Amino acid sequence: MFDEAGLGVQAALDAGAAYSDARVVITRTETINVRNQNLDQLDRSETIGVGVRALIGSSWGFAATPDLTSESIRATGERAAAIARASAVVPGVPIEFADVPVAQDFWETPYEEDPFAVSTSEKVDMLVNVTRTMQDVDGIAIATGTLTFYDTNKWFVSSQGHRIHQHIVESGGGYDATAIGESETQRRSYPQSFGQYETGGYETIRAWDYEGNAQRIGEQAAALLTADEMGESETNLILEGSQLALQIHESVGHAIELDRILGWEAAFAGTSHLELNGLGTHRYGSELMNVTADATLPGALGTFGYDDEGTPAQPVDIVKNGTWVGVLSGRDSAAIAGLEPGGMVRADGFNRLPMVRMTNVGLRPGEGTLEDIIADTDEGVYMSTNRSWSIDDKRLNFQFGTEIAWEVKNGELGKMLKNPTYTGITPQFWGSLDRLAGESQWVHWGTPNCGKGQPMQVAHTGHSASPGRFANVRVGVKA
Amino acid sequence: MNREQDLVNDTLDIVADRAQAEVLADVGTMSLTRFANSFIHQNVSEDIEQVTLKVALDGRVASSTTTATAPDALVRFVDATLETAATQPVDEDWPGLGGPSEVAAVDHWDKDTAFADPMARAEAVKEFVDAGEGLLGAGYCETDARRHAYGNTAGRRVHGRFTTAVVDGIHQTGSSAGSGHACSVAMSSIDAGAVGALAAQRARDSVGAFDAKPGEYQVVLSPECMATIAVFLNVYGFNGKMAEEGMSFVDLGEQQFDEAFNLWDGPTDPGALHLPFDIEGTPKRHLDLVRAGVTTSLLHTRRTAKKAGTESTGHAAQGAEMWGPFAWNMFVGGGDDSVEALIAGVDRGIYVSTFNYCRVLDPKSLVVTGLTRNGTFMIENGKISEPVTNMRFTQSFVDALAPGRVEGIGDDARYADSEFGPTFIHAPTMRLGSWNFTGGASG
Repeated sequence: MFDEAGLGVQAALDAGAAYSDARVVITRTETINVRNQNLDQLDRSETIGVGVRALIGSSWGFAATPDLTSESIRATGERAAAIARASAVVPGVPIEFADVPVAQDFWETPYEEDPFAVSTSEKVDMLVNVTRTMQDVDGIAIATGTLTFYDTNKWFVSSQGHRIHQHIVESGGGYDATAIGESETQRRSYPQSFGQYETGGYETIRAWDYEGNAQRIGEQAAALLTADEMGESETNLILEGSQLALQIHESVGHAIELDRILGWEAAFAGTSHLELNGLGTHRYGSELMNVTADATLPGALGTFGYDDEGTPAQPVDIVKNGTWVGVLSGRDSAAIAGLEPGGMVRADGFNRLPMVRMTNVGLRPGEGTLEDIIADTDEGVYMSTNRSWSIDDKRLNFQFGTEIAWEVKNGELGKMLKNPTYTGITPQFWGSLDRLAGESQWVHWGTPNCGKGQPMQVAHTGHSASPGRFANVRVGVKA
Repeated sequence: MNREQDLVNDTLDIVADRAQAEVLADVGTMSLTRFANSFIHQNVSEDIEQVTLKVALDGRVASSTTTATAPDALVRFVDATLETAATQPVDEDWPGLGGPSEVAAVDHWDKDTAFADPMARAEAVKEFVDAGEGLLGAGYCETDARRHAYGNTAGRRVHGRFTTAVVDGIHQTGSSAGSGHACSVAMSSIDAGAVGALAAQRARDSVGAFDAKPGEYQVVLSPECMATIAVFLNVYGFNGKMAEEGMSFVDLGEQQFDEAFNLWDGPTDPGALHLPFDIEGTPKRHLDLVRAGVTTSLLHTRRTAKKAGTESTGHAAQGAEMWGPFAWNMFVGGGDDSVEALIAGVDRGIYVSTFNYCRVLDPKSLVVTGLTRNGTFMIENGKISEPVTNMRFTQSFVDALAPGRVEGIGDDARYADSEFGPTFIHAPTMRLGSWNFTGGASG
């Protein structure tokens, strides 16, 4: 497929592009949805195509086609250049493009068990079993389970000489139980909301012991209907790992995207409360806050060999001891900011323009365990598993809801609470981080549904986190 | 015969009599020119050609989508889908296939939009940017042209085409932003300069915003805000799957909304967009969802209709197995009031240009939290008095429209952007009696 990608690159250069690259991408997906023991959906799909990017002056032109005939690929390369040229009607300053080593390489996700080779019957049976177990709990009206697998091959060729083939395997899924009351619904999910996704094969699914947790999830969902409502207060907030992962995603991961900081996403995703002149000095959080963007973490969802501009995967410090020190960048945005490109540009398939995306933006672990943190808390709440998330366009003002909470009193978990929410302002919130559990509870949580860009692109991102505690947080905001 | 019809027929020929089968072919071109900091920075175009196949072998169902549409690739695609289905358990909820049907004779298509080139989109961007002299513009211009064909082994064959054009963006001062939006079947009917001028005015008017105190306020909500409310009603309320699962607020025949509130799906309305059939080939008709405040119908796919013991309303969309039906031509009924008149009726309240990042806290009561964005203003004594910073709200969208809550409806109904995107909600400005703001920009 290198030859096909090369055809597109050459066509764009022949049409006047100063730089061009192309990706031939073949993505296979398998999606299985079971609802109340019935197989609602079994879908196996495949997309194949080429996307060509051309740089002329201040703008990228990008064109894509599923037609891999030579004639079509050349036309697509020429179209990419023509599109870039049309951008001169509303010109900006010429784009610089930071250098990266020219690589010719093959990289593959380490995996043990090809998820597409595991029989669909085995997968369906497992989901049927977990939904049955949850349905057997009194009060559970809906039990659903899902599994999704991605197998992606992409061949990247640039006019600078890159020729990189990557084979990326991702596996994930989860399930939830819903209890329906007179005027409310309560849901519990496992391993987390929207499922847990990782790079790797079917062994990642087996590791979560789906069937062994279904009973507990069903019972908790049913119990929530009669649980006390969380009251409004300002208190110590202990977050379970997957909720803390989403907190990182929303209030750190998006805020440190350099394209947002530069205003490129202002109209849609938004900008950032961060300004580049604060890099290296801005106080993001407490001394406990150490964040890295590391695309090399084995098994994490945002792990790869090279990004979609040919930049090698690498760990980048984002926050060190509470101080903001790094961004997520690509070759063009890094050059504008005078930084080294971080290898964080990816596209959602052959038909999308690569853009700055999170890799694995995670919080380095602290010490001890969740149980230690609870034992050291006189008064507070423990919240688990995301239910809702909302944050403003600068990633500053947020409100999150979780599926379940428990009050914490005198070092012990107390009664269950329903409809938990908490709200805050990003730097104050992270400044109140005063405990983090250690490596034994540090999990590479995955977010498979990160939306950004126009046309919309969905990225798969990783967020390593262990449970943590935040002081003086406003919880229980009411309608 | 068009390419999309050929793809459907070729695929069904390969299936032959081996299974029940339905095929959807999607062919077209989507192009989008994006700008930020007042210049075009991303500019894309994509040729689309994909086939989706669903087969049922004695109730064992599997589906698949491919972009590889060469004849030999289609053979492999069909064979693999049949092979996958053969080993699965029976889908007890499989509704079967619909027979021959006729769709409404509409053609929401504009040739110039279908063939709009990057220069045409760039010129629209220039008009938007030029309308905000001294400001920073950001947004996009999109043209989309699609042809869909559906066919199944029960003899149903339908096909259609549509175009959409969108200009959407903001202008920014150093401390504020304002938005504008327009959408139509035809690029030529969009005045990008006017869209940019509205965005510029809202941005300039927003300079010097203050933090308003949280609490209950009368509100005047723009078409964008009403489109977001409508899309939440669409997804969480009138969704037949949510209703079947007991998670919808909808109580058919009850006066759940203010008598001034009307909501319908109108594929044949003048100015409507998209297709007169769904991805199961079911024809769409005018469907009242709320008439004079009374909820009258639910949206259904063939699957949800079977469970409810009724007929599909033609609202199957991609992902419907998971998310349920969706209305692509939703209209919120317009009124007679000018926006100025709506504002004049407010003693002390808030005007909101757009909502942002709205998320459901409880689907059944449709309690949603979100923020305001790109132009929020205090109204005092019937006039806009001062800009306010973005505010967070936590509000039941159903309660906000409950009997007695709708105080006025604007005469400015148009296609509006929503939380889930543009082109499928047509809505006016509306004045509502109460809205619960729970926090300001500072928390």
